[in-house]
Amino acid sequence: MSALVAIIRRDLLLAMRRKADVLTALFFFVIVTSLFPLGIGPEPTLLRKIAPGVLWVGALLATMLGLQRMFAADHADGTLEQMALSPQPLVLLVAGKNIAHWMVAGLPLVILAPLLGLQFDLDAESLGVLTLGLLIGTPVLSLIGSVGAALTLGVRGGGALLSLLVLPLYVPTLIFGAGAVHAHASGQGAGGHLSLLGALLALSLFFAPWATTAALRIALE
Amino acid sequence: MQLDAGQWAHVRGENGAGKTSLLRMLAGLSQPDEGEIRWLGQPIKEARAQWHRDLLFLGHQAAIKDEFTPIENLQAASALDGEPLSDETALRALVRMGLKGREHLPARVLSAGQKRRVLLARMLTRCAKVWVLDEPFTALDVEAVQALGQVVGDHLTQGGIAVLTSHQPIPLAGGQEVRL
Repeated sequence: MSALVAIIRRDLLLAMRRKADVLTALFFFVIVTSLFPLGIGPEPTLLRKIAPGVLWVGALLATMLGLQRMFAADHADGTLEQMALSPQPLVLLVAGKNIAHWMVAGLPLVILAPLLGLQFDLDAESLGVLTLGLLIGTPVLSLIGSVGAALTLGVRGGGALLSLLVLPLYVPTLIFGAGAVHAHASGQGAGGHLSLLGALLALSLFFAPWATTAALRIALE
Repeated sequence: MQLDAGQWAHVRGENGAGKTSLLRMLAGLSQPDEGEIRWLGQPIKEARAQWHRDLLFLGHQAAIKDEFTPIENLQAASALDGEPLSDETALRALVRMGLKGREHLPARVLSAGQKRRVLLARMLTRCAKVWVLDEPFTALDVEAVQALGQVVGDHLTQGGIAVLTSHQPIPLAGGQEVRL
């Protein structure tokens, strides 16, 4: 357990020392989601309709931006080798890196989303559903993304390959996440969609760290 | 090839002879096509946790984070092993490796040799029985080479084991020579 806490602290400290990387993804999210209301113009009904989709797609793309760096630096300087040789299970360290990645790349999106949702004239309850959906959904993005990042580790032009690999896997999260807000707006209630998002989170929490560990071991051979 | 407590081996060979590959296999980072590596009589594949607790592997890459100071680097590396390191212990190891006064500088301003010394300080802080060192003398000056020889010598007299590769003569007595 102490190793899990240690790697989370280490990765957060590294992120603090490399603020530019984190802020780039965050500003990307803010700007992309702000371009739509500016481009489409003041039509509240249309904006309300596209809001969940735009915010979710923005969150997916912003997460993609930093994914490649999840293991690249540790791989390049040999830290990953040391992690594989640690007496602690590698899967525990991978889980720690995933948690740290979510705290740096996912959590700020969740916090910013209600503010950005205001541009689309969403009411308070819809904003709540959107934020809750992102809170459950962004860890899934980090977990699935880490499998892709590990698989494309050390591959030349890995960035493009990573998007091709990971974005299709993000589709269910996108559908249920954006669907939750639509369902709430149409009066069906968001419970079903949010439960499915929760199921996705449980599944990826269980499988993704193992898959990532296996992929990392292959990359290290 | 077999090594008992207090013994060391010098792996020699031309560039590309497979020294690093051999060391990576010893560490368990890659699998041999033939043969088996055992630690305390058990194949390392089966006793991985025990082997990794007793092993210290230093490869070509420095495993040093440029954003961290030498102290933070040592502490982060130990914490990943699940053995947190106090400031005093880390500082003592750095001073012994000749990095006094550099402990709070970010590692990116250190020279290649100084980074290498941070890595060697890790040998002092990590209580491992077996040291597998790939080219530990690279980028070190004459004094540091002597100091490192001393450190490895102390390790051996305390019952440790070391396997290292190097193209230069090693300031250590005895030792098996393994030619590839």
